[in-house]
Amino acid sequence: MISLAGRDILHAWGKFVFTGVGLGLLIGVTLTMAGVYRGMVDDAKVLLDNSGADLWVVQQGTLGPYAESSSLYDDTWRSILGAAGVLRAANVTYLTMQVRRGERDVRAMVVGIVAGEPGQPGQPGFLVAGRHITRSHYEAVADLASGFQLGDRIQIRRNHYTVVGLTRRMVSSGGDPMIFIPLRDAQAAQFLKDNDAIVRQRARTAANPAFGAPNVLDAVLASQGSNPYVNAVLVQIEPGHDPEAVAEPLRRWKRLTVYTRQQMEEILIGKLIATSSKQIGMFLVILAIVSAAIVAFIIYTLTLGKIREIAVLKLIGTRNRTIAGMILQQAIGLGLIGFVVGKIAATFWAPFFPKYVLLETGDALRGFIAVVVICILASVLAIRAALKVDPAEAIGG
Amino acid sequence: MKKRLSLNGRRLTLIAVLLPLLGLFAYVILRAGPLAPVAVVAATVEQRAIAPALFGIGTVEARYTYRIGPTVAGRVKQVAVQVGERVRAGQVLGEMDPVDLEERIAAQQAAQMRARANAAAAEAQVQDITARRTYAAAQARRFEQLLLAHTVSEDLVEAKRQELQVTEASLLAARANLDAARQETARAQSEHAALLQQRANLRLLAPVDGLVIARGADPGTTVVAGQPVVELIDPASLWVHVRFDQLRAAGLRAGLPAQVVLRSQAMQPVAGHVLRIEPVADAVTEEFLAKVVFDTLPDTLPPIGELAEVTVAQPALAPTPVLPNAGVLRVDGRLGVWRIVNDALDFTPVTLGATDLDGRVQILDGVQAGDRVVVYSQRALAARHRIKQVERLPGVLP
Repeated sequence: MISLAGRDILHAWGKFVFTGVGLGLLIGVTLTMAGVYRGMVDDAKVLLDNSGADLWVVQQGTLGPYAESSSLYDDTWRSILGAAGVLRAANVTYLTMQVRRGERDVRAMVVGIVAGEPGQPGQPGFLVAGRHITRSHYEAVADLASGFQLGDRIQIRRNHYTVVGLTRRMVSSGGDPMIFIPLRDAQAAQFLKDNDAIVRQRARTAANPAFGAPNVLDAVLASQGSNPYVNAVLVQIEPGHDPEAVAEPLRRWKRLTVYTRQQMEEILIGKLIATSSKQIGMFLVILAIVSAAIVAFIIYTLTLGKIREIAVLKLIGTRNRTIAGMILQQAIGLGLIGFVVGKIAATFWAPFFPKYVLLETGDALRGFIAVVVICILASVLAIRAALKVDPAEAIGG
Repeated sequence: MKKRLSLNGRRLTLIAVLLPLLGLFAYVILRAGPLAPVAVVAATVEQRAIAPALFGIGTVEARYTYRIGPTVAGRVKQVAVQVGERVRAGQVLGEMDPVDLEERIAAQQAAQMRARANAAAAEAQVQDITARRTYAAAQARRFEQLLLAHTVSEDLVEAKRQELQVTEASLLAARANLDAARQETARAQSEHAALLQQRANLRLLAPVDGLVIARGADPGTTVVAGQPVVELIDPASLWVHVRFDQLRAAGLRAGLPAQVVLRSQAMQPVAGHVLRIEPVADAVTEEFLAKVVFDTLPDTLPPIGELAEVTVAQPALAPTPVLPNAGVLRVDGRLGVWRIVNDALDFTPVTLGATDLDGRVQILDGVQAGDRVVVYSQRALAARHRIKQVERLPGVLP
């Protein structure tokens, strides 16, 4: 016994399959768009995960270090380490800049970390190749997205660094790959002007008549050439302590702003990437609606195209239930092919996007349900049209 | 019959199209979703000895720097040497303007002559009074004898005696005068010598054999006391002032061999050794300070202030289980490694020992040599993850 729907599909299987593939590509685009949105939010979250911190201590009254610039003296961490409930505290600097290798340059977020024992806050959590930084100067761990490989010599400002390790998914909230370098170098890099600027700065200072006395000029120039600041102190708290309870005394007595993980997430997702993620989200909504409409129209017109055959079926006395079942089965079949093709397409082209595309299983399930529901709704319209057909049309034409 | 076959054919074609699609779908779900195994690179814990090394950054400095300048404020008359010249001990480097010193020396010379003349006059006076005293003494003696013969009056003898006393007093005065004049001569002589000394002091002399590294002032410039006009270094005394991060300075001590790489000659390391660790560390930058000297000085002397990377080698430690540092992670606040037991992950806390610059770290406790542990992973691992061991993770070039 062969089903009526199967018989009809076999009758024009090419048309059926190609319509399904076309639908699938459309569904794939929609799934990818959802992936782009999820990836954007995920970029912001991995930034927080990768820092390995429970608390972020930043300059008083700022939203730093990611959403706003913040600077603290680099010895602040010592007094934070003494606070109750603090297990580890480490300085960190963040600076988004161009990193050069030969002729090519890459936009990257340069992170200055304390290169101590493994697992210190700020250090990359896991590597995909190479090793962690062991020298206190001129070594770098780069993210794969930067395109750098082990042993590459890269240039940050005036100094050359050797890439000794590679990471994956270590990105800034904007999706720029991170490059980890020792803290002392990063402090210098943040502050260091190019050589011409330094020479001009010296000349300007030397021209100041206030520095005429011997040795004063040298002292002033020396004091201009140092940068005792960092952007934030990353804090890991002792197990069993409430982050907010540890943060409050720091806010009150150290006169610093302290963010917990939850607050930091709100800043990043609610403020930093708010507009761009809403933009993508809006587009996703429109794309979803348009896709739904197209799927519905295709199924409807596919049914209307078979109106003569349906009239014949009615003429030979086929029951309405059988006809409705045929249309519904075809619509769901089309939807299934579309979903499968869409999922495959999205999975295969996602890695080629320049920024991270996160295809969540939850999104795929929601997409699947939406596709089935839309197919059912569209076939209901088509069934209504089919059942209203006059059997005479089969002869009359 | 023909139609049935064609129907079967169509069915087969449709299945032929749909089956691969379903296969691909299953592959996508199993390989790309949350069910997919995580690719990892594993390594075996090795029993081996590591030689920890310390890495620091320093600048080339001279141990001895001589800043030569005048001891009093004045104007520079001439500077005889240029930067880069080698000088010998005692060589004249420059001279200060004496201003009125020559005139003052002449005046002092005149004053000395005058003092000598005064001394001569005082001596003549002494002689004169000595002669008068001799005569007065003779007169007094004669009149005493005449008084015994009662040929002169007592009055006259008394007058002669008084005359003798007066001349004796005058002689004492004249002698004192002569003494004073002689002292005056000595004073004038000393003052003259002092001025000559001062004039000599205006010449700036090299205290040692050395290399001129700076000319602080040119002729005509007024400098204050102590301001250097010429700076000298002893080129044989070049050393590297190195800073070591306190976090990674365990075991640093004097005498350890060191390798110095000058920034301008990155390909040619120079051998040296640690001379001393400064007793005072830099509290602001959290660094130890140390001095590293060259075993033999490079042929072309590095400029003072050139950046140098210094690697200090330490003796090899006893063999222990050793792992690459990329394998050690912190999970839930505990430091440990992902051990692979029967293709499943097991997080094992470890105690770390010394590390070397190649990223190897001693594992003192937790794993044994021969254990397989995860070194690199595609993403952060959890115990529930299925793993797939690979030679190299995707994206990493050989």
